[in-house]
Amino acid sequence: MYRYDDYDQRLVDERVDQFRDQTARYLRGDLLEAEFLPLRLQNGLYVQRLAPMLRIAVPYGLLEARQLRKLAYITRHYDKGYAHISTRQNVQINWPRVEDVPDILEDLASVQMHAIQTSGNCIRNTTTDPLAGVAADELEDPRPWCELIRQWSTLHPEFAFLPRKFKIAVCGSAEDRAAIHSHDIGLEIVPGPAGENGFRVLAGGGLGRTPVIGSEIRPFLERRHLLSYLEAILRVYNQHGRRDNKYKARIKILVKAMGVEAFTAAVESEWERLRDGPTTLPEEEIERIAGFFRGPAYAALDPAAEAAVLEAHCASEPIFANWVQRNSHDHQEPGYRAVTVSLKATGNPPGDVSDAQLDCLADLCEAYSFGQLRTTHQQNIVLADVRESDLLALWRGLQAVGLACPNAGYLTDIICCPGGDFCSLANAKSIPVAEAIQARFEDLDYLYDLGPLELNISGCMNACGHHHIGHIGILGVDKKGEEFFQVSLGGSQSKEASLGQILGPSFRREDMPDVIETLLRVYLDHRLEDESFLEALRRIGMQPFKDRVYDNGNAR
Amino acid sequence: MTTVTPANGSPVRVALLRDGAIVADDWLPPAEQSPNDGEARILTLTQWQGAACPGDAAVQLEAGDDLEPLLAALAGLPLVAVHFASFTDGRGFSLARRLREAGFIGELRARGQLLPDQAQYLQRCGFNALEFTDPERLAQAQERLSVFSNGYQGAADQPLPLFRRRA
Repeated sequence: MYRYDDYDQRLVDERVDQFRDQTARYLRGDLLEAEFLPLRLQNGLYVQRLAPMLRIAVPYGLLEARQLRKLAYITRHYDKGYAHISTRQNVQINWPRVEDVPDILEDLASVQMHAIQTSGNCIRNTTTDPLAGVAADELEDPRPWCELIRQWSTLHPEFAFLPRKFKIAVCGSAEDRAAIHSHDIGLEIVPGPAGENGFRVLAGGGLGRTPVIGSEIRPFLERRHLLSYLEAILRVYNQHGRRDNKYKARIKILVKAMGVEAFTAAVESEWERLRDGPTTLPEEEIERIAGFFRGPAYAALDPAAEAAVLEAHCASEPIFANWVQRNSHDHQEPGYRAVTVSLKATGNPPGDVSDAQLDCLADLCEAYSFGQLRTTHQQNIVLADVRESDLLALWRGLQAVGLACPNAGYLTDIICCPGGDFCSLANAKSIPVAEAIQARFEDLDYLYDLGPLELNISGCMNACGHHHIGHIGILGVDKKGEEFFQVSLGGSQSKEASLGQILGPSFRREDMPDVIETLLRVYLDHRLEDESFLEALRRIGMQPFKDRVYDNGNAR
Repeated sequence: MTTVTPANGSPVRVALLRDGAIVADDWLPPAEQSPNDGEARILTLTQWQGAACPGDAAVQLEAGDDLEPLLAALAGLPLVAVHFASFTDGRGFSLARRLREAGFIGELRARGQLLPDQAQYLQRCGFNALEFTDPERLAQAQERLSVFSNGYQGAADQPLPLFRRRA
């Protein structure tokens, strides 16, 4: 992974000093509430319903053991002993005191971490595939590009006061596991005409109140031009994005208003002025950054021997065998697998992880995965480099702290925002809905029979729970002060990205497990052999689902 | 008019940070009326265009203004001011970079509602003069011009990105 040099370290240290100064001036009354607001947001500090919330940056989701231990310490020392993994692969703590935040940032800086630009109207954490660097279907590891974008976007003097937040994602594999179509800028690594990989550039995607699938503005960008091209897009957006209405301020609205062609022309014309300037990436810099992400020192394994050990372990422990089947993934390196640690056990708020679990994950990744792990935008953890013969020992270690839930990619692996229990924007509590659904579908055989299913829940139309791109999406809405839940079907975050369509009138919270069960019965009744929920839905359409659900009289 | 006492002790009229130093302002702010003869007053873009774009004037841009009319005259203008109606409106940062990239070498001034905490970003985008009407904030801005010893990006003050400068 990337290691700070003196420049990087000084920068985060100086950021701590800066925020300590800003916090002190705010607490003294020298900075007004409205003035402190964007400054604290750009350090990840929200003021929430019950307490402040601090969002800590995890660049493209990569963490090492000492950072996990520091996070565990921070949750214990300054908070309530747990953290939450967000859908931007970041880590949130929900109960810090404003006056403690400079100290927390100082602790983070001691392990090369920070909270820079995790909120506010600026360029946020760049996200990517949690299987980056190990996925069998990968064309190129996207993480060096994420790091180059991280450095370019960090404390960028021109783009700290954009019309609205700005999110970039990079995908380097056949399957898109980074949801690039729903980002302000989506970058897909593609092979170029001259053999060298470059980027397909999408712009104007986004979720929120007006969900939009990103539009291609350039089929191929040579890699050395990446940063100057991003700079051109951001400059067009900074100058022309709407600032009069925060709900129309994202780049997706600008792209729609100008039209893709005119927007593209504006970007290209800005880029003409910037291209081949000093921001052009030299080959040595691309190589230098890529060097940080070369695979760990894999053992030269006998794949047959590894497989034999794993097979024997599976035969002796059927529960383990099931977990391996559900929660592990093919690897580029013979004899290794990547493992999803599900943070979606029933009764656990999706994405929450305790201090003890963080410490344990630190130990386990040191023992079995070269001391590193990844957070995922599905709010889980991935240990990316585990020997097949080590899987059993890892599983036992995870089981001991309640982290061996074998539901990765299934219905109960729910993406869910913190919702009305924590967030002051939310219309509704999302976590209790997730828990009720998890409780209803605890039967694993039934769960597996349903096949891969993505169920995403947002507590309001800001869509932090990505409900638009869930196969089943649930959105909390407020109707005259009462919580209701709207259901949409058919969203997808894959390369064939689609936005879910609203099923019909919304439901009461207590009816949600029944509604989901009814929808799944329709699927099971209609599915052809091996047809997934999404495939069946695309074939039969919404009507059979509507008919069954609303005939039951659940709607209000 | 407010007065401030910079480090060297002698009080000056009005708050202006220019090239890192607190100095007396030699320009009057834009007014609704066109300036009297011989008066050193900043013109709004409309006033400047109404006066047939004199090449030696000081001109103020608003955040949404188009740069094009100004570009041909940039070489002679002693001062371009960018007015920030709100400190959260970041358009002025891009205007400044465009002006510097177009070769403007005169005084580039940020006026309006600004925070001392923005001083270094403003400077990096090419502003060499910052107006703060409150003397305490002016002094705070001066102290905050070098919060960060380096930036990753190339910008107006240092065109080379850090990746071309790393030792």
